[in-house]
Amino acid sequence: MKIKTLTSAIVLSGATLIALPSLAADTIKVGVLHSLSGTMAISETTLKDTVLMMVDEQNKKGGLLGKKIEAVVVDPASNWPLFAEKGRELLTKDKVDVIFGSWTSVSRKSVLPVLEELNGLMFYPVQYEGEESSKNVFYTGAAPNQQAIPAVDYLMNDLGVERFVLAGTDYVYPRTTNKVLEAYLKGKGVAASDIMINYTPFGHSDWQSIVSDVKKFGSEGKKTAVVSTINGDANVPFYKELGNQGISSEDIPVVAFSVGEEELSGLDTKPLVGHLAAWNYFQSVETPENEAFIKAWHAYTKNSDRVTNDPMEATYIGFKMWANAVTKAGTTDVDAVEQAMIGQTVPNLTGGIAVMNKNHHLSKPVLIGEIQDDGQFEVVWETDGVVAGDAWSDFLPGSKDLISDWTAPIKCGNYNTKTKTCSGQNY
Amino acid sequence: MRRITLRHFIALCCCLFGLFSLSTHATESASLDPLLAELGEAKIKDMEPILVKIEAVSDETILPLLRTLLNGNLYYIKAEKKVIGQFETNGETFYKDVFTNEINTGIDKPDVDKIRVNNNLRGYLRNAIARIQLTSKSPSVRENAVRELLSKLDDSTVATLERLYPYESNKKVKEAMGLALAMNTASQTELAVSNRIAAIETLSSSLENDVRNLLTTLTRDDNAAVVTAANIALEKIAQRANRFAFVDQLFFGLSLGSVLLLASIGLAITFGVMGVINMAHGEMIMLGAYTTYVVQLMMPNYIDYSIWVAIPAAFLVSGLMGVLIERLVICRLHGRPLETLLATFGISLILQQLVRTIFSPLNRQVSSPSWMSGSWEINPVLSLTLNRLYILAFALLVFIVLVIVLKKTSLGLNVRAVSQNRNMAKAMGVKTNWVDAMTFGLGSGIAGIAGVALSQLTNVGPNLGQSYIIDSFMVVVFGGVGNLLGTLVAAFTLGIATKFLEPTTGAVLAAILVLVFIILFIQKRPKGLFPQKGRAAE
Repeated sequence: MKIKTLTSAIVLSGATLIALPSLAADTIKVGVLHSLSGTMAISETTLKDTVLMMVDEQNKKGGLLGKKIEAVVVDPASNWPLFAEKGRELLTKDKVDVIFGSWTSVSRKSVLPVLEELNGLMFYPVQYEGEESSKNVFYTGAAPNQQAIPAVDYLMNDLGVERFVLAGTDYVYPRTTNKVLEAYLKGKGVAASDIMINYTPFGHSDWQSIVSDVKKFGSEGKKTAVVSTINGDANVPFYKELGNQGISSEDIPVVAFSVGEEELSGLDTKPLVGHLAAWNYFQSVETPENEAFIKAWHAYTKNSDRVTNDPMEATYIGFKMWANAVTKAGTTDVDAVEQAMIGQTVPNLTGGIAVMNKNHHLSKPVLIGEIQDDGQFEVVWETDGVVAGDAWSDFLPGSKDLISDWTAPIKCGNYNTKTKTCSGQNY
Repeated sequence: MRRITLRHFIALCCCLFGLFSLSTHATESASLDPLLAELGEAKIKDMEPILVKIEAVSDETILPLLRTLLNGNLYYIKAEKKVIGQFETNGETFYKDVFTNEINTGIDKPDVDKIRVNNNLRGYLRNAIARIQLTSKSPSVRENAVRELLSKLDDSTVATLERLYPYESNKKVKEAMGLALAMNTASQTELAVSNRIAAIETLSSSLENDVRNLLTTLTRDDNAAVVTAANIALEKIAQRANRFAFVDQLFFGLSLGSVLLLASIGLAITFGVMGVINMAHGEMIMLGAYTTYVVQLMMPNYIDYSIWVAIPAAFLVSGLMGVLIERLVICRLHGRPLETLLATFGISLILQQLVRTIFSPLNRQVSSPSWMSGSWEINPVLSLTLNRLYILAFALLVFIVLVIVLKKTSLGLNVRAVSQNRNMAKAMGVKTNWVDAMTFGLGSGIAGIAGVALSQLTNVGPNLGQSYIIDSFMVVVFGGVGNLLGTLVAAFTLGIATKFLEPTTGAVLAAILVLVFIILFIQKRPKGLFPQKGRAAE
């Protein structure tokens, strides 16, 4: 591991050195903190390209505040501590005005103290477990109430599901999400015996007995569904095993929170057809904004087979909002932009308007799609209008009374509405 | 000019043929065509009523259409207000009429819109197909149709079944129909209790999932006698089901064991027999899996046979890479285990990065041959997946072949001689350098073959090898270094133990418990299950 880190660090510092000479005196600098190597490179490289495309577009429109925008790309190499190091480098050495970055929750948690110490500004574009709100971060991905809760509502109300299997990979995002979901389901009157929770290690490949358990759990006279927070490539053998054991999406549907167009693009989708995913964006949604975005993406990547996905839309909205906020504030100063951000609106790619709320989370629509054999999603359900992102879950005892409000007079990420105090943590 | 005339000619033929087929379909297509056009224009949520109408006006000739729609291959030609099926053979897409199988060459992708279906519709279509197939000529089709309908017994289906039941001649189909009728009787609250209880007793001999679902709902019935009967029936079913569940668990264990055996058997040779700690062993497996991918790329139309090409190809690729590594690195580090460990670890990183550079860091898609997909259904609660069954057999075959090679061939004799006493073997004229290279090549080649098998079960990506290297060492150490039989026993023991632990402890804890067990076991017996005895044991 050490050797790997060392080599990647050497390569990286080389890469940043090349970027340095192009430092013109009067540009607005945008830092890109996405892994370009290691396990997360699969997902994060796309987001780096999205930011670069947005920068390109903005520059064609004449830049911001009369200055050109310049992107500074660094590679934290899927190495969580390196996110903090590279974040510090971006803020102190490259003096960037804003950072777009991170994918996994652990990498965000790693860079967070640096952002707060140096008063940086970061846009985080991925769906996550909530229970956090920092002054220095804008969360443009979904909070649990914008993905997990509506998905479970859909299962209960539209499909009549009464038993739930909460299956996840063993790390912070699935564990917190499942905690929220369990509390929510119990609040809705689902008995503890009707909830099965299962965790598997990263990259788990032998799903035989777990799928067989799910099958058994599903044969007790009540409609059963799997809510999956299984991460990354462990999904493929999971769905394959479901198919092999004869469980079809009509018998026991699986709703996934981590399977999107990008993940499906390299797969044999046959065993997945009919299973569900919950996101705020699908490529298949037909709106003029989305069509223009897809066209621009294909033109930028010079590849008409490249798919678009939810975190890309989150990056798109985040970038547009930041550009508007900078224009409104007339400066790139972090505190001024932070205040100007709240209340910003940008049209969603799937229709409706995204609003940045006081808690640094977005209001977005929630869509449920069925996987089709071409790797795209067919929208089967969507919320009426947009759902406001909730930083602190209403269903967990510890955070029920907490709210986040970054406007005066509260100006606090975890304000307790009962005791009327800010708990004093930095986030 | 000539092409155009040819095209016209084909079009003319099509028209003529179309006329003929039209005459045979004349009666139904008159009412069907507008409905199909409606289907093509409709939004997904409005499609079910249209399908109900289509089912009402048609007979079994509609089956190909329903099947095409179910598989998501039905397209709609907007200009002509017609539906058409899309098919794919040898990587080429073409369109044909679903009823007449007539290929339509004048149609291209932009002309057609896909008629999409969702889970609701798929469920409906499956039932509709089953309803039509109730009167099929083949008994097995009829039986499957009845079983399919168990989950959705509405009044009209029950009426049809009641009508067909007395005339059914096939015993199995009749049984299934009887089951469906009993399910209906048991759930009718207005019927006499004695009838319902008798029906429940009939149901208690079935293992069908739908029967269990029904009985579970009956345990919440208003009538106390029905509740008791349902509980007794459920108990009876559960007892039988548990016996089969045990067999199922055992199979899962054996299957995991066979994967462990395949992954570790190559290591049992390089580590066990030669004593080289080869951290790049996992990457040999990965190379084998990638070889399968490349072979499938080269013969896209013969996926079913690609495995037979991939096995020798993977053996050669990984084996040659093994020989190369041995000649270039390992033979220079002879007798220095720590340096060997570090060097092979470095090689493993190099190989991973090489694959990332050549094939991209994304996982590659390896298709399963059709004969390996699906499962062997013994009864509704016990079905063995075919790919795992084949891999189990394959693992045992590889093991036997390897044992024969080591015991009966001159290479095997030399390998055993060198591993027991290198200097003495050298003195006897054995070319130890050559034997070392061949042994390492053999072990690596076997790892490559394991990669072919694993490509059918898991993701083919640069990290494939890493996820198996720890397990492989665990198996070899547990089984006893230098003992192939020990590796076999250890692999199956660990596989079965893991699978029996998993349901109670969860996958994460099961892996930890197995590891702790091995640590404790090695404390007690440092040489593993089957320690080498005699002079070979030093």
